[in-house]
Amino acid sequence: MSEIKRIKVGTASCGLAAGAGAVLENFKRLAGDIPVAEVGCIGHCYCEPIVELELKDGTNIFYSSVKADDASVQAILALTENGRFTIPAERAAIEKLYVTRLAGRIDPKDIEEYKANGGFESLKKATAVTPAEVVEWVKKSGLRGRGGAGFSTGMKWSFLAAKTAEEKILICNADEGDPGAFMDRSMMESVPFQVLEGMLIGAYATGATKLFIYCRAEYPLAIKHLQIGIDAICKAGLNLLPGREKPLDIMIKEGAGAFVCGEETAMIASLEGQRGQPRFRPPFPTDKGWNGYPTAINNVETYANIPVVIADPDAFAALGTEKSTGTKIFALAGDLKNPGLAEVPMGVTLGDIVYKIGGAAPGSVKAVQTGGPSGGCIPADKFDVKMDYDSLKELGAIIGSGGLIVIGNDRCMVETARYFLDFTHRESCGKCTFCRVGTMRMFETLERIVAGKGQESDIDFLEDLGNKIKKGSLCALGQTAPGPALSTIRYFRHEYEAHVRDGYCPVNQCNALSDVALDPAKCVKCKLCIKNCPVGAISDDFKIDNSKCTRCNTCIDTCAKKAIARVKKGTGYDSTPGK
Amino acid sequence: MNPEFSYLSEVSAEKGNLIKGLQLIQEREGYVSDDGIKAAAAHFSLADAEVEGVLTFYAQFKRNKPGKYQISTCDGTACHIKGAPLIQEWLTTALGIKSGETTEDGLFSIETVACLGCCSLAPVMAINGRVYGKLDRKALLKIINEYKKQG
Repeated sequence: MSEIKRIKVGTASCGLAAGAGAVLENFKRLAGDIPVAEVGCIGHCYCEPIVELELKDGTNIFYSSVKADDASVQAILALTENGRFTIPAERAAIEKLYVTRLAGRIDPKDIEEYKANGGFESLKKATAVTPAEVVEWVKKSGLRGRGGAGFSTGMKWSFLAAKTAEEKILICNADEGDPGAFMDRSMMESVPFQVLEGMLIGAYATGATKLFIYCRAEYPLAIKHLQIGIDAICKAGLNLLPGREKPLDIMIKEGAGAFVCGEETAMIASLEGQRGQPRFRPPFPTDKGWNGYPTAINNVETYANIPVVIADPDAFAALGTEKSTGTKIFALAGDLKNPGLAEVPMGVTLGDIVYKIGGAAPGSVKAVQTGGPSGGCIPADKFDVKMDYDSLKELGAIIGSGGLIVIGNDRCMVETARYFLDFTHRESCGKCTFCRVGTMRMFETLERIVAGKGQESDIDFLEDLGNKIKKGSLCALGQTAPGPALSTIRYFRHEYEAHVRDGYCPVNQCNALSDVALDPAKCVKCKLCIKNCPVGAISDDFKIDNSKCTRCNTCIDTCAKKAIARVKKGTGYDSTPGK
Repeated sequence: MNPEFSYLSEVSAEKGNLIKGLQLIQEREGYVSDDGIKAAAAHFSLADAEVEGVLTFYAQFKRNKPGKYQISTCDGTACHIKGAPLIQEWLTTALGIKSGETTEDGLFSIETVACLGCCSLAPVMAINGRVYGKLDRKALLKIINEYKKQG
């Protein structure tokens, strides 16, 4: 008899991309009577596909990087010792799972399983008291918006609650547009009921009658799970709040790919079927929002926090730091060993997250970009900064939605800034001149610098224009767009100077400023590079023609002896081997 | 209204549903043609120019007919620093088209997207919604050749 009670396969987007679909199928085929469930993401994306076995004695075993072939599946069904996965002790000591407690552990589509794990208890607790008391709890907890701006959620709710109108609107901002942030996607895919419970509590506290979830269309699985969740909630009658005559209207609206729609007034315009351009505030949405009705917008992670807050507002306030309470989910990506999601109390240092959780090798990291294209970079010597709203602001960065992109030593900071400006200048909605034209000019200047055509005056120009764009833009997109350039100039000015004054890229990343060279001392003449070069830039006697080379790195990646490398333009080894 | 687009009646005609209507057209047709714009304008009682104005604001909408296999290469932050520009270059070399273009045989089209949300598997691309992660040149060319073989 098998000791396995249930098998859980992580099939969130990242799991599926790693091949969890085939793993799931084969477990279903080979597991006999043992039920196989699809679950979301536990945050350890680096070891997907992940399979969890629930044993009959109440314990569980995780397996990581599971392969789909029959032998591997059968080995796991026989509880093999190989490939077992435990959370590293160093990481477990820092992580505190409150909001993500159920993520990846329960079937996201099953309302009963959510209930069995304490789901909707907070809704019950909230609706047993007056809406005003619920708002007080949220205020007391100190919860601040997790979308980036960090405004007090309780305050925002109290503004909406104070309004009397025929309809009041509550919106969930699920337009996670920050490249590098994926905690909202994971929450919607893994624990949609928790997000929806937060919204129901919000609707009760504020008196909202209509709920929108504005989700980006690039997240089909999140939309699917939310819709299943909404249907189940309506079927269970949970959308009819105590004391209400009419059930709540809950709708998902799909965004159409515009970063600026994460800004609240732009999102409202988009929900009204218009171009998503921000407008001047006041009037604030809580005065005049969707179709003129009072409206409040909170982020997915904020709503996912609400059931935790309501369960015990004082305990929540005790977590984290004095002004930034609770936990924050960070999304780790880039040059590190363990990309994924991590929930830690506010106030943990950046270094702990990058090294102890992310597993980045000490000394291998140059900087971390926080807050995506709206944020700034933090250099490695400032990694003792506490991750909370206010400490990061002092360094010229923002916590943003919590995306952390780890930038390794071999990345060029000028190129990184160019990349972010490329993103923001295209995403500028075009309303404010400084943002529309200014980000374009900054982008062009950075393009020039990485192409080796920069001048020394370009650095001052970028700083001057960047500060003007910050002042001359209406919404947060323009106000933060120069951040990546300004913060890289602030901390890595020497890299800019190397490009514009000395004509080289310090890490040889910029194609126009580097050559590819073959070190004859290391070359064993295996000819793999010649065979693999897509443009025929390497001659039969192992000479690299840098005028033909497109710097695609194929030869560098192919060479087992590491004999080929990027070098400073115009320098390099003699390309003839065996001399 | 053009009977080809009669499915628009699935969406109620309030202006707030315009984007949803356009998404429906794109889902059915693969892109939004001039006829699609006219049909949406008629359905939502708007001017053609107004519909096109909304449509061009959003990156999701395509005005050109895409290939049978739509390749979305991710150029989000994580993918970018993990080599997304190289992925695009390799695709261009392999298929002879740039981002925003369709191959002559109508088989492939490439678009660059901001983020597919699979940052931990960077660099990634998606073909008709299926995500391929941790790409290098060899893996990429193998995938493309498989699709070519299927035709």
